[in-house]
Amino acid sequence: MAEAVITFDHVVKEYRRRGGGGQEHGTTRAVDDVSLDINAGDIYGIIGYSGAGKSTLVRMINALERPTSGSVTVLGTRVDQLSESKLRPIRQKIGMIFQQFNLFSTKTVAQNIAYPLQLDHWRKDYQDKRVDELLDFVGLRAHKDKYPSQLSGGQKQRVGIARALATNPKILLADEATSALDPETTAEVLALLKRVNEQLGVTIVLITHQMNVVQQIANKVAVMSAGKIVERGDVYDVFAAPQRSVTRRFIATALSGLPDAPRVAKLHEEWDGRLVSVLVRQKDIPAADGRPAVKASGQNISDLIAQYGIHSGLVYGGMDTVGGSAVGAITYVFDDSNPRFGEFLEALRRDSDVIDFGTASHPVEYDVAVAANEGETR
Amino acid sequence: MNAWTIDAATSLAGKSDWTVLKPLLLQSVAQTLEMVLVTLLIGGFLGLVLGVILYGTRPGNLFENTVVYHILDVIVNIIRPIPFIIFLAAMQPLTIKVVGTSIGTAAAIFPMVVMCTFATSRLVEQNLVPVDPGVIEAARAMGASKFTIIRTVLIPEALGPLILAYAFLFIGVLDMSAMAGYIGGGGLGNFAIAYGYQKFDQTVTWSAVVIMIVLVQVVQAIANALAKHVLKRQR
Repeated sequence: MAEAVITFDHVVKEYRRRGGGGQEHGTTRAVDDVSLDINAGDIYGIIGYSGAGKSTLVRMINALERPTSGSVTVLGTRVDQLSESKLRPIRQKIGMIFQQFNLFSTKTVAQNIAYPLQLDHWRKDYQDKRVDELLDFVGLRAHKDKYPSQLSGGQKQRVGIARALATNPKILLADEATSALDPETTAEVLALLKRVNEQLGVTIVLITHQMNVVQQIANKVAVMSAGKIVERGDVYDVFAAPQRSVTRRFIATALSGLPDAPRVAKLHEEWDGRLVSVLVRQKDIPAADGRPAVKASGQNISDLIAQYGIHSGLVYGGMDTVGGSAVGAITYVFDDSNPRFGEFLEALRRDSDVIDFGTASHPVEYDVAVAANEGETR
Repeated sequence: MNAWTIDAATSLAGKSDWTVLKPLLLQSVAQTLEMVLVTLLIGGFLGLVLGVILYGTRPGNLFENTVVYHILDVIVNIIRPIPFIIFLAAMQPLTIKVVGTSIGTAAAIFPMVVMCTFATSRLVEQNLVPVDPGVIEAARAMGASKFTIIRTVLIPEALGPLILAYAFLFIGVLDMSAMAGYIGGGGLGNFAIAYGYQKFDQTVTWSAVVIMIVLVQVVQAIANALAKHVLKRQR
């Protein structure tokens, strides 16, 4: 078991609301009693809508924000009470990258990367050597003497990453680091972060509102909503068997295997037979992090169809690998006039998570159909 | 140079006598430059410090301190709108205490420095406000101390606008220096009034005006070039 490098213990952060505009005075809880361990070597995704408190939570790791109560321990040191000057050595062990890159606009690429080295009083020739190493690592050697304004978004973020890595930190905080980038550049930056994690052994905490970012590189994920962590676990487990509706909504943005209500209506228009969606989970999920155990699903569909001789057609679906295992959903149209259909559906239900949308003439209401399956999963 | 020689030298003939006026003019230029440069150097620096404090104590900034900010804000707001000629007179008792006299170039420089400090502070504050708080946060995250952040991030990031602000101040201080002639500070303003306006000699007045215009143009052109150089990197 890896050891925790970041530990949040019952952390609360409250802000005083400013009065005026009819708003009453009071406090807002940005972070509400969060306890969380992040282990060495993790790429830990923290996902949530804006205002969920994820940014505040992560800023407490390098003490840019202080908790109202609770403790934050980083690399064995409690950081929540330390003075700014005592924080300096710890902050040098924590790199940070930002959505808007936050590069110094009047410094060149090389000067930006050298800045943390100057703060750490490195000798000039060591600085130059380290800057060149980092430029090679992020593939920007040719842009050494350019100013940030001359770079593309992806290049800027790579400078940000090089700058954050300059003093060999153990932890890298990524605050919506890909949110301002297009999908292709996002993939490049994520691949670089993965390399940072694997080659340099840096623990990465990744805040994002994009589930596909978590899916692509994280091994752990925590879902935040209204200041609380509502769900957490291995990325595969959370993707394959989300327990909370907020988590399901995020997953739906990354993985669109399950048809939505208008799509089901459209499918009913096109097909007369029985519309049935089967969830696909390649492996069992053990109970952990307050989540129940969930069995694999959708692994024997073809066998069952063959066994019962049901006429079937594939009409919708989507699948992806998350954490190395397949997750998704497939929608079939079945011939339910077959006398063995009832028996078949029973067998399929025993084996897998099934959502039965009924036939064109006898449709099942979308919410009812989905809820029926969720009741079963719990 | 006393009043009697001045009269003898200039106006009796009704025509400018440049053999006498030329050294006077040169002396005036030197006095103006002395007043303006000393004021800009001291007042400009003190104003930079005060401006950084004003910016830093604003809510949400590095040294957030609402009480200090509001006190300084009110003081700056009270001093700045006072017409300088009245400020000169009002400052007289304090000037005597600090400089020892209330007449002459040194006595003129003191109130100029005070006014320049307050004017600069507001300009500096206003030009620091647009600096992206993100870059300051990035420097904090790297473990930079607040003073280091001001020196190596905040001021460099705002350098272009700050250069233009100081050029603007140069003109303001030149304007002040002209009024300082009123309390015996000498300079071009005094030259224009004493030998031009009061002797009905437009040539003299305009020669002072032209020199001031040239001074302003030169300073503005240098500042524009510098600021352009700095800003080119940023955009």
